[in-house]
Amino acid sequence: MTTKVIEAREINKVFNPGREEQVIALQDIDLSVTSGEFVSLIGPSGCGKSTLLRLIADLIEPSTGELQVNGKSPHQARIDRDYGMVFQAATLLEWRNVRKNIELPLEIHGFARQERQEKAQAALELVELGSFGDHWPWQLSGGMQQRVAIARALVFQPSLLLMDEPFGALDEFTRERMNMELLRIWRETDTTILFVTHSIAEAIFLSSRVIVMSPRPGRITSVVDIDLPRPRAFETRARPRFHALVAEVREVLRDAHVLE
Amino acid sequence: MKRKSFRSRLQRLVPTLLVAIIFLGAWELGVHLLGIREFILPPPSSILSEFSEELQIFIGASGESILFSAARATLWSAVGGFVIGCGAGILTALVTSRWTIISEATMPFAIAANSVPIIAFAPIMNNWFGITNPASKMAIVAIIVFFPAMINTVRGLTLVDPGQLELMESWAASPARVLRTLRIPNALPFIFSALRVASSLSVIGAVVSEFFGGPRATLGVYITQEASGFNFASAWSAILMASLIGITFYLVVLLLERWLMPWHHSMSDSG
Repeated sequence: MTTKVIEAREINKVFNPGREEQVIALQDIDLSVTSGEFVSLIGPSGCGKSTLLRLIADLIEPSTGELQVNGKSPHQARIDRDYGMVFQAATLLEWRNVRKNIELPLEIHGFARQERQEKAQAALELVELGSFGDHWPWQLSGGMQQRVAIARALVFQPSLLLMDEPFGALDEFTRERMNMELLRIWRETDTTILFVTHSIAEAIFLSSRVIVMSPRPGRITSVVDIDLPRPRAFETRARPRFHALVAEVREVLRDAHVLE
Repeated sequence: MKRKSFRSRLQRLVPTLLVAIIFLGAWELGVHLLGIREFILPPPSSILSEFSEELQIFIGASGESILFSAARATLWSAVGGFVIGCGAGILTALVTSRWTIISEATMPFAIAANSVPIIAFAPIMNNWFGITNPASKMAIVAIIVFFPAMINTVRGLTLVDPGQLELMESWAASPARVLRTLRIPNALPFIFSALRVASSLSVIGAVVSEFFGGPRATLGVYITQEASGFNFASAWSAILMASLIGITFYLVVLLLERWLMPWHHSMSDSG
């Protein structure tokens, strides 16, 4: 069964309205994501992709327009723990070990100790860090820290995962490995993923749909369906179709820039 | 995370010990060779022998060592003032940081007050509490340490990673929860760096405020009286005592920090 996870209609977001430093961050955004999809938002800095993610997460509010997450207001979805979030920085609390970091959201929502430990361990095993629960965050590499952040986002088993350039700070090799890991997790958990990235190749490799955005004002310029077969593997990047898609998205991005 | 062996720890101490030995040796030799008179600078050997005499009286319980009673009184003023001042500073920070407007309004005053030489108030405190009352010294120490403790705590509570704040918000955490889980642990390194500074400041504050008068058995009064009585080695032994108290106090705070923030200690150890 496919249901709408995200439904956005004519979303506008203006920062500092009416003032000299007014910025139209998003203009007329229509976006619909159904359950089980992997959708990437791509575009140059200032195109509003992170703003869109924060609107869906209810960390900021739209100026106008209608936005629903799992058929509810973003506020209600946040209270109901419908989504997990991952940022570019792992943002782990350095004074908590890995396990305690993952338990934190459960702790805030008043889960009992026993349940917290079981869920945290399951999340750790999902990201293949089962034996690292007692480590301090600084003892882990950047890629491992980011896996902990993913485990923390998934510990509630949310239906939606919002990721804001989660692998942007990793080296190319680690990034490609993390991409494979993420696809495996996506398959195993049935989570819908909305993924913000700067990398065309990453967006195409991961997604079922790539949404291209352009800046000033931030808007959606085109949507590219990615018809590469799944499961995707390292060889996927060598396929002619992969390269054709990269060229297509690059073209769209360039056109958006020329329009300025 | 292998614990460093005792041997390698000892080896790291060698250069430090060498510097100390060379310094003391040069002092001793210099005083003798240059014929520096005792009221200018006594040699370390006579300071140490003065100190060990008092130590023997203290240990032997044959009569009372004035130096050690003085040390106890000064330590009491320093620790009392430290606890009151730091406690009040941290509490004030916790209260004001709860309302950004208040903390923003009070911070400039706190920073300005931090640059005021509080010790100048010592005679006033003597008037308020009585010259022989330890409360007059404690008050000075408490005021001196209050401001760094408050300022650093406010900084630690407010300088929080915005990403971590957003995460807490995404989990719909209450402000009290954010304070307990994020802001206070985040402030701990800031608080401890203030406590380390305050530990040294509190001994300085206690001794200097005693220079303005106090009971006979305090280090500040002891130093002034011995110096004016030409017992310079004795005055210097009291200075040595004050230094030992200051260093010990600092080390105690350092140990407390390592015990309460194991993640921080190991982090700096690895780097």
